[in-house]
Amino acid sequence: MTVALALEMALAAVVLGVATWTIAARETFAAVVGFVTYGLMLALIWVRLDAVDVALVEAAIGGGLGGVLLLGAAARLRVTETLAATARPGATVRVGAALLSATVAAALATGVILLPDPAPTLAPAAAANATATGLGNPVTNVLMAFRAMDTMLEKVVLLLALVGVWSLAPDRLWGGYPGPRHHADPLGTLAFLARLLPPVGIVVGIYVFWTGKDHPGGAFQGGTILAAMWLLVMMAGIADAPQVSSRRLRIVLIAGPGIFLAVGLAGLAIGSAFLAYPVAYAKPLILGIEIAMTLTIAATLGLLVAGAPERSARQ
Amino acid sequence: MSAAIVFGLCGAAAAGLGLYGLIADPQPLRKIVAFNLLGSGVFMVFGVVARRGAASGFGGDPVPQALVITGVVVAFSATALAVALLLRLFQVTGSATLNTEEPAGMGTDPADA
Repeated sequence: MTVALALEMALAAVVLGVATWTIAARETFAAVVGFVTYGLMLALIWVRLDAVDVALVEAAIGGGLGGVLLLGAAARLRVTETLAATARPGATVRVGAALLSATVAAALATGVILLPDPAPTLAPAAAANATATGLGNPVTNVLMAFRAMDTMLEKVVLLLALVGVWSLAPDRLWGGYPGPRHHADPLGTLAFLARLLPPVGIVVGIYVFWTGKDHPGGAFQGGTILAAMWLLVMMAGIADAPQVSSRRLRIVLIAGPGIFLAVGLAGLAIGSAFLAYPVAYAKPLILGIEIAMTLTIAATLGLLVAGAPERSARQ
Repeated sequence: MSAAIVFGLCGAAAAGLGLYGLIADPQPLRKIVAFNLLGSGVFMVFGVVARRGAASGFGGDPVPQALVITGVVVAFSATALAVALLLRLFQVTGSATLNTEEPAGMGTDPADA
């Protein structure tokens, strides 16, 4: 057994330990802290699986934004915890659930062990067609060109989720400001970090997006970092979230999928198929879509965490 | 035993743990966390499939990797919607339980006896 394999086994053991804590912890807040740790450890596993693009997404979304969202909810729902815990299911249900879960896990494990050898792969096809787009990162190629339909629809899913979140506002608050107004000590650590980090974070976010054309990174990762910086400023109370009825905000929200769709339809008119890029313009078109997508992703993710409108527009 | 197998088994176990939490924990927020754990386990198994597909100088098959990135983002948006629904339920009813009985009746739940 090599040193690397021993370390990987230790990493897998720690990840499973944290996952168990996430399920078994008595307090929800503690469980969510466990989940954030789990997301960050998972990013290390993705690096070991040679999927640095996925590792960046997992760390930014699983560990970062997801953590903020769930921690915020856990803090607000803390008063309900003692009552909800009394509804714990009986021993029969728990044993049944344990048996079912063990069976599912065993089936998955068997599947992993029995995976076909040699493994089927589309890597040669992705490598052979990389010249068509002029991008060096194979994952960006798949996201933006070979499977562009998935990526475009995923943007629509993000938008629909945001519409769903907003629609939970009571009628009188429709069009108002999302979430509670945050107040933090103006001389405290949070306000200090919210002034110190965003200039650095915004540059890092744009860099991660830009470098994604040839190296690990891209619109998702960069957009998530930008969203995190925005949320930091909102949570420190330095700037308020925009009104959800704001026209400028809505233009930013539909820019990504809108431009993606427009380019896709143009491909139908000029090129050979929906979302087919003319080879000569593939790279500038993809970068143009990605710039719009980065802004849309940053705005959508930030607003998804901020939540449904809770304060009226006139306030 | 290779790294891919180790992490594949780890993903299978994480999916099992998540499924257990999803069924057995009565609190909706804990169910949401458990559901994310279940999803991440499935993603990990998919990541192993991608790693085994390494060819043409790539460390893994880029197609499943890209699908996992899309999956993580979609899972996050579903989580945000679920959390917003839960917070709205709390605002309206003052409690966050999936139990349809009156809160007063919960203490006499036969499951507690």
